This record gives sequence, structure tokens and C-alpha cells, in this order.
Amino acid sequence: MREYLPILIMILVGIGLAGVFTAISILFGPKLSTETKQTPFESGFLTQGTEGQRYDVKFFMTALVFLVFDVEVVFLYPWAVQIRELHWPGLIAALFFISVLVLGLVYDWKKGALEWE
Amino acid sequence: MQLVLEFLALPFVQDVLKILFILLLFAMPLGTFMTLMERKWSAAVQDRIGPNRANIGSYRGRGLLHIAADALKSIFKEDLIPKGADKFLYTIAPFFSFMSAVAVFAIIPIAGPIGDFKFQVTDVQPGLLFIFAITSLGVYGAVLAGASSNSKFALFGGTRASAQMISYEVFLGLSLMGLFMVYGSTQVSAIVEGQGEHWFGLIPKWGVFTQPLGFVVFFTALIAETKRAPFDAPEGESEIVAGYFVEYSGMRWSSFMLAEYIAIVGVAALITTLFFGGYQVPWLYHWESAPQWLVTLLQFGKFASFTFIFCWFQIQIRWTVPKFRFDQTMALGWKKLLPVALLNTVVTAIIIVALA
Repeated sequence: MREYLPILIMILVGIGLAGVFTAISILFGPKLSTETKQTPFESGFLTQGTEGQRYDVKFFMTALVFLVFDVEVVFLYPWAVQIRELHWPGLIAALFFISVLVLGLVYDWKKGALEWE
Repeated sequence: MQLVLEFLALPFVQDVLKILFILLLFAMPLGTFMTLMERKWSAAVQDRIGPNRANIGSYRGRGLLHIAADALKSIFKEDLIPKGADKFLYTIAPFFSFMSAVAVFAIIPIAGPIGDFKFQVTDVQPGLLFIFAITSLGVYGAVLAGASSNSKFALFGGTRASAQMISYEVFLGLSLMGLFMVYGSTQVSAIVEGQGEHWFGLIPKWGVFTQPLGFVVFFTALIAETKRAPFDAPEGESEIVAGYFVEYSGMRWSSFMLAEYIAIVGVAALITTLFFGGYQVPWLYHWESAPQWLVTLLQFGKFASFTFIFCWFQIQIRWTVPKFRFDQTMALGWKKLLPVALLNTVVTAIIIVALA
């Protein structure tokens, strides 16, 4: 586990740098806040309604499709690394697995889950 | 003196030194330089001169001083938080972007190992998978920034960014499958080592030659992950102004921008490492009597120059290719890149098993 420590330090350094930037902005930036400045940007029009309305179901569909494919890709990694040892039996098993994956893709495609028009 | 050497030999001290070196002397300077280079090169593409006015007395340094001018300008900009914004999420959103851009450099080897000493911050065994797990947290940067700003444009950008980034992560992982098969490991040092060999002592066994399709998919997916043109629908200047960080100002905004440019350097470094032999200088093995310091220097030079070339290449792509509409971005991913990446995986697997 020792070799994972530098990655943790790296993440902390990254967060630290961004934190320093934010602190600089808070410290040195002038504070001349007015009512108009605080309103969210809307192309110069007055703000209408609030955010957090309904959004397109396609984003939700994309998240679902992502979940399926990303998890299945993760299952393939161990096989990819060990492919020479597993040889033909491993390949046939993996091809079966991938064909199920492709079937899923075809199903999504036919059902229109990938359409964005 | 003895004490200093012993202190430098401590593993923890070495880690910190390596991290500071690769971040403060390699990634961040190159990233900040990219901000200028983008403007200069876009000017060259459009037949303009580009920024050249910032000066100290009569010294203008061909626009180099604009980097300092930009930094000073954004330091003294007003720090605005829109009304109704979630202050905590609004503050931590850039942290995620910055952290995920920076984390890539933890596994990039910048030169070949000398004995036990590696010119690499850490060489974990899951290597790339671990790093992708961390960099994918960058999605939170875009999503939180969009959701916490209390602005519709930011929310649109954030939603688009989330859909695009998670989609292209699938192809990113899948395109590397063939590479893992060819070099038999997910560890970065093993992949780079494998690329040091040659076919017939002539053609280097680089990833781009063993996995040409994988390279194309991987590069495309990485550009989409950094949300740069031609995949910049989440930031879409012409429709949603700046997308998820439209409400940010001052250094908070700068950390988003700097994160993007550091991500460019990270992408270039990853491409170099995985597909262009990393630090491996082709045909160098013929010169057996080469002194170690010169070899290391050559290796670093090769890695740095290839990284720089791919940084430039990304900028060139941005100013050459027209941008995709959002539905085109998604269609390209799911309907073209995914089948291609799957096909690449299957074909590579069959070839390797047949030859083994």
C-alpha cells in the first residue's frame, strides 16, 4: 500500500493549489457587490423562473447505458491482462461475454436510447 | 552534508520532491504556457498577430508577458458569488477539476529508471485504472459548478458535461483494452518497457503501431473528456456562453481554465507514454557505450518534445475542426467509437491468442 501514498499527496497538492487560488481571489478581489451583479447571468435579460426545472430524459438514459457498459468493461480488464495465460478457453468465454454486450448495445440502439434529436 | 543526503534518501521526501518537480517545473509551467500558445497559435491560424501588447518598458517578449498580465488581472478581479448559489459546492467545484487534471502526472514516467530510482512519482500495479478512477472525479467539478451556480446556463452546461464525460469514459477504458493485451499489464512502467523493443531491430514497438485503432479512439475520447473543441458543447461559447463556469470570476475562474490547460498537458503526456514509447528513444540500444546521464537526458528530451508536440496538436485540432452539436457528439461516441473500440478489442484478442 506504500506506493499509493504519493497519489494521495498528489491529490492533496492539487486541492491545495486550487484552494490557494480561491483564497487569493477572496483576499485580493474587490468587494463591490450590487443587487444586479449578484443576479445569475441570463444574456442580459431579467431572470425568469428558477433553475431546477425538468430536464430531458435522455440524460438519464445516457447515465443508465453508461452504468451497464462501464461496469462490463471493468469485468474485461482482468482477462485482457491475462490473455496469454487464458488462451483459447479464455478468449471464447470473453467473446461470449462481449457478444452479450453487443446485444445490449443493439437493443439500446433499436429502442432509441442513443438518439438525441 | 551526510545528513542532507540521508534526508534526501527517505522515500517520503523523494515522493514529495518528485511531485513538486513534475507539477511545479513541468506540468504547471507548460500548462500556463499553453494559455499563451493557444492565443498565439489561433492568431497564426487566422492570420493575425495575436497578443503582443503587454510590456515592461520597451520589452514585450513576443507576448510572453501576457501570461503574467493575465495572472495579475484575474487576481484583482472581483470575487462574485451569485445570489441563491450553494456557497460550499460553488467553492469546492474547481477543486475537483484541478485535482483530476493534476492526478494524471502521478504515473507518468519522464525518463528511464536508473537502478532502483524511478523518474516516476509512483508505479502502482493497477496503474492506469487507478488513475482513471481518480480523473473521472473531474466530472464532479463540472456538475457541481453547474448545479450550484443557480444559473440556467450553468445548469445546461453542467448537465451536458456530465452526459458527455461519463459517455466518453466508457470508450476511454475500452480503447485501452487492446494495449493492455499487447503489453500484458496495466502497469505504466511495463507498458513503456514493452514499447522499447523493436521489430527487426528497425520499427519501434510503439503503441501507435500495435494499436492504431485504439490510439484514434483513445485520443478522441481524451479530447472529449477535457471538453475541448470539437467536443465543447458543454462550454459552447455561442449558445450557453461558458457553460458550467459562467458564474465564476477571478482566480476561481482561473483555476478552471488552468485545470483545462494542465489537462491538455496531461493528455499529451498520456498519449506519449502509452502510444509513442514514453521516454523510450528508438534505436538508442545500438549505442551501448552511451553514458548514463546522456541517456537519461535524451529520454527526458524525447518525452518532453513529444508531449509538447501533442499539446500543439490539440490546439491545432481546436482551430481546424468545426465543433460538433451535442447530439452529434453523443452519436459519434455511442454509435461509432463504441463499436470500433469493441471490434478493436476482439480483433486484437484473436490475433494475440492465435500467435501465442
